[in-house]
Amino acid sequence: MMTRSGFCLCLASALLISACADSNVEWHGKDISGLMPELKFQLTNPEGQTVTAADSSGNVRLLYFGFTSCPDVCPTTLAKLEQAIRQLPEQAQDDITTLFVSVDPERDNPERLASYVAFFGENIVGLTGDEATLRQLSKRYRTTFGYDEPDAKGNYNVSHSSAVYIFDKTGKARLLLRPDLSAEQVGADLARLVQAQQ
Amino acid sequence: MSGVDYFLPYDFSPLTVASFLLALGLYGVALLRMPAHDRPGPGRVVTFVIGVLLCYGVMQTRFDYYSQYMFFVHRGQHLVLHHLGPFLIALSNPLPVLRFWHRTLGLAGKPWLRPLAWLYRVLQHPVIAAVLFVGLIYFWLWPAVHFDAMLSRDLYWLMNWSMLLDGLLFWWLMFDPRSPANTTALGYGKRMLILALVALPQMILGAWIVFSREMVYDVYEVCGRAWPMAPETDQLLGGLLTWIPPAMMSILGILILLRRAMYSENTEPGERSISTEQSLAGDKA
Repeated sequence: MMTRSGFCLCLASALLISACADSNVEWHGKDISGLMPELKFQLTNPEGQTVTAADSSGNVRLLYFGFTSCPDVCPTTLAKLEQAIRQLPEQAQDDITTLFVSVDPERDNPERLASYVAFFGENIVGLTGDEATLRQLSKRYRTTFGYDEPDAKGNYNVSHSSAVYIFDKTGKARLLLRPDLSAEQVGADLARLVQAQQ
Repeated sequence: MSGVDYFLPYDFSPLTVASFLLALGLYGVALLRMPAHDRPGPGRVVTFVIGVLLCYGVMQTRFDYYSQYMFFVHRGQHLVLHHLGPFLIALSNPLPVLRFWHRTLGLAGKPWLRPLAWLYRVLQHPVIAAVLFVGLIYFWLWPAVHFDAMLSRDLYWLMNWSMLLDGLLFWWLMFDPRSPANTTALGYGKRMLILALVALPQMILGAWIVFSREMVYDVYEVCGRAWPMAPETDQLLGGLLTWIPPAMMSILGILILLRRAMYSENTEPGERSISTEQSLAGDKA
């Protein structure tokens, strides 16, 4: 019996939450405030150092899961993010850090990861970890990744999230960028986020 | 991944595990302690346990992982939580167990139970129950709501629990073993009408998903699938699972009720409620 009243209460709050989520239509990205936990991770950069969310605290963080052998989605997304960031004033550009998390630690060794992210701009950090750590992080952000069977040459595809998660300067989850957004739309959202907490 | 891992929860929920343990525990203790003439037969016990374990399985094993990252598996999860599991639990007629605990805990006439009893009566009003049953399916499959529910851990749990609880309420209303002839239980005709009526909007929704040309639920695309599968295939299978099995379960429910209604006509009025309860044991097969 207890559960029934709880259920009603829950239903009412669900209606309320969804109503609130719909009321904010100004962002181009999907507003995920309150839906997802704050930014928290412990990964390794190509130099072998441990990196946590605190290292980029005070910046707007863009979290993206991918792998360097990714044929289309990853390069397109990273190029678009770079293009969006370039539109902003120089000052604002320094307030944004892109975190590229490789979910293919088997193939993405430090050199490969370092040269890959360097190609897409300055304020981008290549990160990876062991599979268990990566699974835990992707689970935290309600996403997953999976490996295809390798072909004769040992190449395999990796399924991963195509979304970019944006965290504000305090590390709160704010936006989810769907892949269909343009660089201008992403830039506009980023500009607002950077300005909001200056 | 080893075999054991498939039976471990992907997203461990202590509340969920505790609830299921409590339900099974209370059921087991009642079975041992209740008078023999009240005790459900083995068929009913097995039906109850299968129903409970099915619901537990889709919530707290590796199945939950696939439900979060594949649309069609998610539809399968809700099929179990909202239909199959509660269907079996209600069909197993746990009324003697409920009565046992009601008696043992001395719940009769407790003032704090009154609002709950009132709420229960409201939720079990035939119109409200039917609207809630279909409404919840539509609510959680509303694309914007569905997107949020799959992104937020809290909303995800709320979604699954609301489906399970509503499923239990609805199928209990349908399979209430008390005879409508001499109790306030809903008449068989009304129950069958509700089952037919709730099937229609589910079929429409399922067919709409199946025949949608564009991706209705892109959250699985955005957040990555458990394994690479064409989005159209995933959506098609999910739509079929929303469309066909629930409709079939409505029909199965109607057949069971028809049988019960026919049986109750052939028995003396005084024997009705008892005979109906006993006849349930035969319905399990």
